[in-house]
Amino acid sequence: MSDAAALPPRHESIGSGHRIAIGMAALGVAIAAWFVCSAAGVITGGRFPTPSDVYRAALQITGANGYAGGSLLQHVWQSCRLVLLGFAVAVSTGVPVGLTMGASRRADALIGPVFSLLRPIPPLAWIPLAILWLGLGDTAKIFLIWVAAFAPALINTYVGVRNVDPTLIEAARVHGARSRRMLFDVLVPGSLPMIFTGLRLSLQASWTTLVAAELLGAFTGLGKVLSVAALDIYPGMILFAMLWVGLLGALMTRSLEWLEVKLLPWLK
Amino acid sequence: MAQVSVHTGPGRKELLFLSCAGVVGFFAGWHLLSVSGWFPKQFLPGPVAVLETIVQLSREKYSGDTLWGHLAASLGRFGVGFLLAAAIGIPLGLLMGWFRWLDDIVSPFFEALRFVAPIAWVPFAGLWFGTGIGGPTLIIFSGAFPPCLINAYRGAKYVDRRLVEAAQTLGAGGIRITAEVLLPASLPSILAGLRVSAGIGWQSLVGAELIVVASGVGYMMVQGQLNVATTIVMAGMIAIGLVGVVIDFALRWFEIRIKQSWGR
Repeated sequence: MSDAAALPPRHESIGSGHRIAIGMAALGVAIAAWFVCSAAGVITGGRFPTPSDVYRAALQITGANGYAGGSLLQHVWQSCRLVLLGFAVAVSTGVPVGLTMGASRRADALIGPVFSLLRPIPPLAWIPLAILWLGLGDTAKIFLIWVAAFAPALINTYVGVRNVDPTLIEAARVHGARSRRMLFDVLVPGSLPMIFTGLRLSLQASWTTLVAAELLGAFTGLGKVLSVAALDIYPGMILFAMLWVGLLGALMTRSLEWLEVKLLPWLK
Repeated sequence: MAQVSVHTGPGRKELLFLSCAGVVGFFAGWHLLSVSGWFPKQFLPGPVAVLETIVQLSREKYSGDTLWGHLAASLGRFGVGFLLAAAIGIPLGLLMGWFRWLDDIVSPFFEALRFVAPIAWVPFAGLWFGTGIGGPTLIIFSGAFPPCLINAYRGAKYVDRRLVEAAQTLGAGGIRITAEVLLPASLPSILAGLRVSAGIGWQSLVGAELIVVASGVGYMMVQGQLNVATTIVMAGMIAIGLVGVVIDFALRWFEIRIKQSWGR
């Protein structure tokens, strides 16, 4: 369902400075309108924060006492640490299983049906079960991220292996490549682009799931900040936390794209 | 798609046997684990107990309604959010594909918001629209909107220029070109987007219900969790998964039908 590569790889014709200028201008106008509306009293801060509300929230959470049980740095560190841990666990299981299923029809037949049985259950629907089994601590979060990020890593790796040019495989076989060399010299390199697509989707799934899990129950983390701010009816803090959720999500995705270009320079 | 087998030829029968073995092994393993006594029974009920709970839930009320009632409430919210996403996302995406200036203005906002997980809208959704129908709808909308917009945009953007020019040469006006060239050419992409969008929307709905509302399958699951009724939680997971599959199938069918009737 949502694991297909749906998003375009960014704008194809971003080249001209003209377009960027229009975009920046539009964003600038929107932000200016926000300031003006707040100053004129159209936005009062009850439902949507004014700039000074957000500034106050930023000061409070970065200050000595922090907010929702920690400072901004602690919350960000907690969320990032868990996402990277969960992502690492999901990738180091999903990619090998995907490779195995792609390379061996037998493994595919054995694992595929069970995987298709479990896959329609959305990652977020695992949250109550994870809390029942593992509580509110780190283990439950890592389990949830694994549930969410495992599938895209597996599926894309699988598709990548299955789509390796058969001519290459035949050629390798004719030259006497056995399973191990076939795997590491032909199948893995051939499916790397798809594997990276899988990693990107996995990372996004990890982040979304973690924020949801933290919203529902956690001790620290950005989702915890969001949930406490929602209970306190504190729009400034809600917006500030959302900004950080978006910022970190963008940062992680961009880092992975950067890594992809570095590791697979022949693709660009 | 080229089917490549590295190991040469496991037979059809063997593959079928392995598939059955996998599924049977999964349920047998689950059952054995639940009766093994390694885990408390209330945390790991077996498949039979979960099935019994589903049957029971479809007759008796749990946290305010039967399973069917909760499902109906969830589907209603999903429908509203999904239709809103389609009704706004598709036209906006098409217009962005046709008019460069609109694309230039909207894209930065879209890019900026794209990385905010749908679920992060939960606090504002509750604050702005309450926890009845409005709040969850916003969350579903924020999940289902991007695929609608992106696919309509791509569909409109990559219409073959020659088709448009041919229509112009033959004297078609703006409205006719839109209705008979641009829309049909973007249709496959739009339909694919709808399916992705429904999938994400359904997943977001569950997230929304876990947090903000007082009915629906997600709510039922949270109540089950609070009462340490693992069977209820698992029954909810299965119901959500099944409905997700049904929605996907329905849209797939719809997609094929529409393509057939427009393709001629």
